[in-house]
Amino acid sequence: MDFQQAGLSRRNALKAGAFAAVASLLGAKLAFADEKTVANELKKLYGDKAFAAGKIKLDVPEIAENGLVVPINIEVESPMTDADYVKAVHVYADGNPLPGIVSYSFTPACGKASAATRMRLAQTQNIVCVAEMSNGALHMAKANVKVTIGGCGG
Amino acid sequence: MSTKPTPRVRVPAKAAAGEMIEIKTLISHEMESGQRKDAKGETIPRKIINKFSASFNGKPVFSADWHPAISANPYQSFFFKATESGEFTFTWKDDDGSEYTAKNKLTVG
Repeated sequence: MDFQQAGLSRRNALKAGAFAAVASLLGAKLAFADEKTVANELKKLYGDKAFAAGKIKLDVPEIAENGLVVPINIEVESPMTDADYVKAVHVYADGNPLPGIVSYSFTPACGKASAATRMRLAQTQNIVCVAEMSNGALHMAKANVKVTIGGCGG
Repeated sequence: MSTKPTPRVRVPAKAAAGEMIEIKTLISHEMESGQRKDAKGETIPRKIINKFSASFNGKPVFSADWHPAISANPYQSFFFKATESGEFTFTWKDDDGSEYTAKNKLTVG
């Protein structure tokens, strides 16, 4: 997959899009995020507060065949009442050009702190998910996703 | 170049009081990450939908801040506890300032 091919038509470009993106990343040697970048992002949000384990069910495939469309499903254990609910969930990737993936804000009206979407992963990497409860408690979960195609040689 | 983003939303039309319903949304959008280069080696400018939000009868329910790592034609699902009849408003905010909306009615009882 080269750039000329991707540039032929919009349709092709769209299809070939991220393959080209990944290829261009390799070519340009752009900086990737790493564990430190993710830690910095978390520091910006929550300072030096510690994260507890548990409560978060982070559902991502162990092996993603296509790094362009990787399903991610998050569920945080919580009664979701006005007094005790999940306020925010942030998801980061430590091997993408940019660390941020998605940030959710929940309300008690959700009934259940669960959301699913699809993300792009440039290479095999860790997904870091943090949840902020209404009482200020912080939780963290990590998962590794092995990216075979669309990654940087996986 | 690109077609106008069209939102698609799946919400059950009816729900029992207290029932947890799942809402699934999808919008057609290329989500140009700002990381890609064109044939000339120039960076293609970023153009993504950066925020999705859902409200019910005017009250915010759920929102998501999307980063460039979200796939093209972004999908988002979440849950809602049905307590009263009303209408959902779903809003997608684009980098270029445009907003796309969808409305869905829910009958409880």
